[in-house]
Amino acid sequence: MKHIISLLMENEAGALSRVAGLFSARAYNIESLTVAPTEDATLSRMTIVTSGSEEVIEQIIKQLNKLIDVVKVLDLNDGRFIERELMLVKVKATGTLREEMKRMCDIFRGRIIDVADSSYTIELTGAGSKLDAFLEALDKTVILETVRTGASGIGRGDRILKV
Amino acid sequence: MEDRTTQITGAEILIRCLQEENVKFVFGYPGGAVLNIYDAIFSQTHFKHVLVRHEQAAVHAADAYSRATGEVGVALVTSGPGATNAVTGIATAYMDSIPLVVISGQVPTPAIGMDAFQEVDMVGVTRPCVKHNFLIKDINDVAMTIKKAFYIASTGRPGPVVVDIPKDITAQFAKFSYPKTVEMRSYNPILKGHTGQIKKAVNLILNAKRPMLYTGGGVVLGDAADQLVKLTRKLGYPITNTLMGLGGYPGTDPQHLGMLGMHGTYEANMAMQDCDVLIAIGARFDDRVIGNTEHFFRKDRTIIHVDVDPSSISKRVKVDIPIVGHVQSVLAEMNELLEADTKKPDTAALTAWWKQIEAWREKKCLTYDLSTDIIKPQFVVEKLWEVTGGDAFVTSDVGQHQMWAAQYYKFDKPRRWINSGGLGTMGVGLPYAMGVQLAHPEAQVACITGEASIQMCIQELSTCKQFHLPVKVITLNNRYMGMVRQWQEFFYGNRYSESYMDALPDFVKLAEAYGHVGMRIEKPSDVEPALKEAFSPKLKERLVFMDFLTDQKENVFPMVPNGKGLSEMILSEEL
Repeated sequence: MKHIISLLMENEAGALSRVAGLFSARAYNIESLTVAPTEDATLSRMTIVTSGSEEVIEQIIKQLNKLIDVVKVLDLNDGRFIERELMLVKVKATGTLREEMKRMCDIFRGRIIDVADSSYTIELTGAGSKLDAFLEALDKTVILETVRTGASGIGRGDRILKV
Repeated sequence: MEDRTTQITGAEILIRCLQEENVKFVFGYPGGAVLNIYDAIFSQTHFKHVLVRHEQAAVHAADAYSRATGEVGVALVTSGPGATNAVTGIATAYMDSIPLVVISGQVPTPAIGMDAFQEVDMVGVTRPCVKHNFLIKDINDVAMTIKKAFYIASTGRPGPVVVDIPKDITAQFAKFSYPKTVEMRSYNPILKGHTGQIKKAVNLILNAKRPMLYTGGGVVLGDAADQLVKLTRKLGYPITNTLMGLGGYPGTDPQHLGMLGMHGTYEANMAMQDCDVLIAIGARFDDRVIGNTEHFFRKDRTIIHVDVDPSSISKRVKVDIPIVGHVQSVLAEMNELLEADTKKPDTAALTAWWKQIEAWREKKCLTYDLSTDIIKPQFVVEKLWEVTGGDAFVTSDVGQHQMWAAQYYKFDKPRRWINSGGLGTMGVGLPYAMGVQLAHPEAQVACITGEASIQMCIQELSTCKQFHLPVKVITLNNRYMGMVRQWQEFFYGNRYSESYMDALPDFVKLAEAYGHVGMRIEKPSDVEPALKEAFSPKLKERLVFMDFLTDQKENVFPMVPNGKGLSEMILSEEL
């Protein structure tokens, strides 16, 4: 099952490689991994999307907690949470496609952020599954390029990950 | 110009930190990137520097020093090849959770990343085999980093910590002040076990019909042997130790069923498999201990697991009552609860269980043929045990001789059995013996090894000469990499691919060339007299290299073949 794990770690050189190294050394899956500093400059927040049996996920959480630089770990799937990912898609926009791409973009509540003679760049935000759905809805031949940030997640309401 | 009257160099700061940590020995080897540090060592007297002949041996010796004393071991190596040579030693310590601080030199800060001479990314190279590592980037961080390194290495589940120091930092000046305490928001090892869980466990233990205690290296490393003995004797339950846990409970005690696992005793493995309450303490259910996890699983068995490392719990085997905490503290709490409890173990059930265990014991699974003219390796270990009064510190290398040492030398005290259990590093035996002998100069130290393993760090005979280390090297020489040969015999149709040790040196002459005493022993009747001579007062100050020519065909039994279950042992009589 897919899990989204959030963690806070010391914002130090090499901290990211410790997490990435742990996943490769123990053969855990990483679907996506994002990391950036928080409002507290000494801390980085990382979101990891992974998958595995309950036993594997339990081990992942324990092994992450064991890393000396890791301050706190939260499996977002343990409660209610929001997942968001940003995607930029460059699509063909010539002839009738110009109108069709605009319409698809609107349906998925995306925004066209760059317009060129023969292409649009669309910005789309949402859960990973929504971004997948958008790509599936498009004819493969119109997609020129895609880039995704990987998921970020946050607990709903009172679920707060803080030091 | 800055005021330098109150400032000292980074190298001197490092030395002062080691003094503050009460370090008595530093095992090392100099080189370009650590010349400033060695210059500071030249004019200090607080610790002794032990010059090894290869950096791998420096880390092994520091590791053994720690295993034999409980203190943090310290090694010092230069950048590049010095650092990479140390990696096998670091990985060995990591797998067995041994607290070490390994200091490596690094090229000067501006040269990092420039492919400089003798540059290697030590932090990157060691990341998967350390508890933590640091690259110091500012001279003002030296003291705090060393403080943290010792703290991290020695607390929680112990392990090696690497501190990489660029050469320019060791030449810069700063004020020295050693932090009294260290606080890390990201590292707070759990010490005390959850009282509710401990109560539950005690209740379950008292209600057991077929109980079994299974204890590992955690008991030895956590200095919990006294508490374990108290608990086990009070309960009257059978107990087994893992390879790493030997000495945690007296090996000569009747409640002790011997070691368990791939080469464990029949009675220990059968009791593990058939018990109804398994009490695992400071052990981690690894593949060489319980074999196949599916075969190991029993619906009607409840497992209690005490460990300081939460990630060791329910990793290979799902447990019913996890207790995260320092083994010593948890056992002490269990003992208090048992003391106060009015309930006593079920005597009738226990009598029946012991009757079953005695029936398994009757197999006498460690019996070997004594009727031949060839020296049996097991016989050498048994005689060593007799001659040393069972009170020696025994180090070993890796292979058949290691298993025979574990099976036949009955360790009654913790920290007496020093071997590479997790990583299985051939070559550790001699440097391990050095570390132990330095820690305990008056003790009898025996290194049980094979003719293959000993050659992997044999250059350390020179270190032993320089530092007057009167280690007794017991080489069980069967002219084969014995464990490889055994697997090739059992599982590869007797195709002994590259496992024969050809062109062996004359070990007696080799020992003599290094300035030691050499002995070759070829007959069973000479074993005991030779050992007595080696351990006699006459040779007390000398390293004695004993080359025992042993049976080439001897195999280690019992054996649980790889991937099989614990009760699927091969006993020698079956072949």
